[in-house]
Amino acid sequence: MDTVKQAAVTDANQFIVVELGAEYYGIDISNVDNIVKMQSITRVPKSQEYFNGVINLRGEIVPVMSLRRKFNLDDDEFTDKTRIIILKPEQQEPIGVIVDMVKEVVTLTEDNIEKISVDTKDDKAKYLNGVGKNGDILISILNIANVISDEQ
Amino acid sequence: MDVSQYLEIFIDETKEHLQNLNEQLLIIEKEPDNTDTINEIFRAAHSLKGMAGTMGYKRMQKLTHQMENVFSEIRNGKMKVDANLVDILFQCLDALEEYLDNIQEAADEGTNDNEPILKELDAILNGESAKQVEEESKKEENADKPKDGDGDIRKYKEFVYSDFEIHAVQEAFDKGLKVYAITVQVDETCLLKAARAFLVFKSLESVGEIIKSQPSVQDIEDEKFDQMFSICIISDNPLDKVIGVIKNVSEIKEAVGEEISKIEDIKPKEEKEVKEEKEEKKAETAASDAKKPEAKKPAAKPKAGGKPVVNRSVRVDIEKLDVLMNLVSELIIAKNGLISTSSDGTGNNSQSFNEQIEYLERVTTNLHESVMKVRMMPIETVTQKFPRMIRDLSKKLDKKMELVMTGEDTELDRTVIDEIGDPLMHLLRNSADHGLESAEVRAQRGKPEVGTVKLDAYQDGNNVIIEVSDDGNGIDVEAVRNKALEKGSITQEQADAMTDKEVIDLLFRPSFSTAKKVTDVSGRGVGLDVVKSKVESLGGDIEVKTQLGEGSTFVIRLPLTLAIIQALMVELGEEKYAISLGSIQTIEDIPVEDIKYVQTKEVINLRGTVIPLIRLDSVLDIESKEKPDSLTVVIVKKGDKLAGMVVDRLLGQQEIVIKSLGKYISNSSKIISGATILGNGEVALIIDVNTLL
Repeated sequence: MDTVKQAAVTDANQFIVVELGAEYYGIDISNVDNIVKMQSITRVPKSQEYFNGVINLRGEIVPVMSLRRKFNLDDDEFTDKTRIIILKPEQQEPIGVIVDMVKEVVTLTEDNIEKISVDTKDDKAKYLNGVGKNGDILISILNIANVISDEQ
Repeated sequence: MDVSQYLEIFIDETKEHLQNLNEQLLIIEKEPDNTDTINEIFRAAHSLKGMAGTMGYKRMQKLTHQMENVFSEIRNGKMKVDANLVDILFQCLDALEEYLDNIQEAADEGTNDNEPILKELDAILNGESAKQVEEESKKEENADKPKDGDGDIRKYKEFVYSDFEIHAVQEAFDKGLKVYAITVQVDETCLLKAARAFLVFKSLESVGEIIKSQPSVQDIEDEKFDQMFSICIISDNPLDKVIGVIKNVSEIKEAVGEEISKIEDIKPKEEKEVKEEKEEKKAETAASDAKKPEAKKPAAKPKAGGKPVVNRSVRVDIEKLDVLMNLVSELIIAKNGLISTSSDGTGNNSQSFNEQIEYLERVTTNLHESVMKVRMMPIETVTQKFPRMIRDLSKKLDKKMELVMTGEDTELDRTVIDEIGDPLMHLLRNSADHGLESAEVRAQRGKPEVGTVKLDAYQDGNNVIIEVSDDGNGIDVEAVRNKALEKGSITQEQADAMTDKEVIDLLFRPSFSTAKKVTDVSGRGVGLDVVKSKVESLGGDIEVKTQLGEGSTFVIRLPLTLAIIQALMVELGEEKYAISLGSIQTIEDIPVEDIKYVQTKEVINLRGTVIPLIRLDSVLDIESKEKPDSLTVVIVKKGDKLAGMVVDRLLGQQEIVIKSLGKYISNSSKIISGATILGNGEVALIIDVNTLL
């Protein structure tokens, strides 16, 4: 945690880079509680369409949502690389998001992140904080607060 | 004297005394001649005065002193209780409560002298018995003294010995030991009487054996005694020494006793029995003298001990209990894990292993129940302030009304108790204000002049039901419909299509009040919606039954426990669900051809009762492949409504720990009330059948 805090003090943050379809997304590491392998998910009837259900995480019930469904991508295909990233934003209950695979952890400075202008045509824009560049790879930085909020 | 350490005790006891006074005043308002009540009030006021004085709260002491004076006048028959007096006394109580609130917040009584009240009390004292006052107060003291004073202190003479005790005394004589009967009087200012008494008992154990006490040891420990208690002790020491031992305990005012030298002295005499009978008769006649003996008796009886609601207790932070409860939950999950491992069917489990598991299961179930019970409190703790509230409302609204409460001993989880007070108060106010008609209308309709507001609590399976009802006007469905139209909450088409029940449900929407005028009491448009959301936040629901012109009933249904329940596990397709055992009536096998249709809805005729069928698989969006010849139907009950839930398979009964689904997943239909973790780590959802009925 200390390193994360230090990183936050300088203007460089660490991000977990995950793969979703052909794209890379970055999740600020300070929001991440845990990364677990795919496990059996109990479907919750009548819930929002993008929720896969709930899992048992060491005795806690944690809801799990599909980022693919939320972003209107093709539905998940679970492989042995599929991971559930448990997010625990400050002062909030944990929530899991399903990603195709976890690639690496990168450190990006403010300079490497380009803010994107809010494009009204693209619903997805509000889920993003910006686009980071790590070498040749473009990483869409997720706005976690908006991703886990209820609005679509 | 540093009294801060007694502050908590003082606050608690003052609260009790004030509550007691409130109740007694309500009784005396109805039965001005009830001497028991007058005495009780006098005692409570007296104790309050003493306590306030000891703690150094001069204003409070002054006020209670004045109250005490008034009561002593009443007690001596020099003054009559009238409505005006009761009103002023209620004001006194409010003022005292204000002091107490200040003390609770700042350990200081505040600066309000409450002069007007004091003056009124003065006026009453002087007006009614101006010339007697001084004389009387002197006489009063004199009259009071013999009771507490030395003259009459030898209470041990009233001892009635049981055969067993006589036998013990006889044995002592045979061994050459001495037997003394002693009465001990505790100092009036003593704050911890029970502790002093305990010290007396403790030190007496060093010189002899106590064979009897009056009141009983339990009552003494509970502080259910006034200033005195009597004991009978077997000892080989002389009387002086025994008395000396008692007097060595501080805050003991007096101890007197004598030796019992002959066994005949303590044998019950004919004379004594006659006397007792007389006393009993006296009590009986006194009771029948009062106007409402039935009403009075149960009210007065539990108060006799002095501490009606609060039993012997240890204060525990509710958070600590939560932790304990969580641990019990963990334990049960672990136990379920063990059970599922053992029944996985490797077949080589020894019998003793299974026995141990069963034993563990028994222990965890009992442990859970005990922890639950610790968290349970009688609903009385919130309802006891209602009679006073209704009385005040009655005056304020100028309607005659009466509150009837039943089932106050129904127990609920502490967290629920804390939250339910305000909604209940709101419903009662609603009933009193909107429900009950004015006296003229009641007379026209041929209803009794005095309106009745009822609060009824009882347990129903895993739920506690609280009903608030009145015999007033009932809800005017058309008025509600028109009002909703007027406010634009619904359109004309909607209004036409709505059933009466749906219209009534409009009342629970935010900012909806049908009161024609806003009164002080209710009708500001914040209300039923708040009640509803509060009840729902506690996991309960609320519904209304009403009959125009005859009254309405609000039914609140609350879960008995918030954490662990017994449930039936069922399977639907590949998914497992839990249904609370408390709502299940029976489980039936119904052949498919027995299904009938009423208004295109599936029903079954079960032993003469027509019960609607609910296909859980379609409710829960489960694709069911099976088309069996016979359906497994779980018959569930909510109030007097029944329904049959169709499930694929039954998995058996299990104790489950309820966990919340969290706030992310929307659960607008509320069918799923939570989730639980099964022994194998899987998550199963809990179906709240109440939402389907």
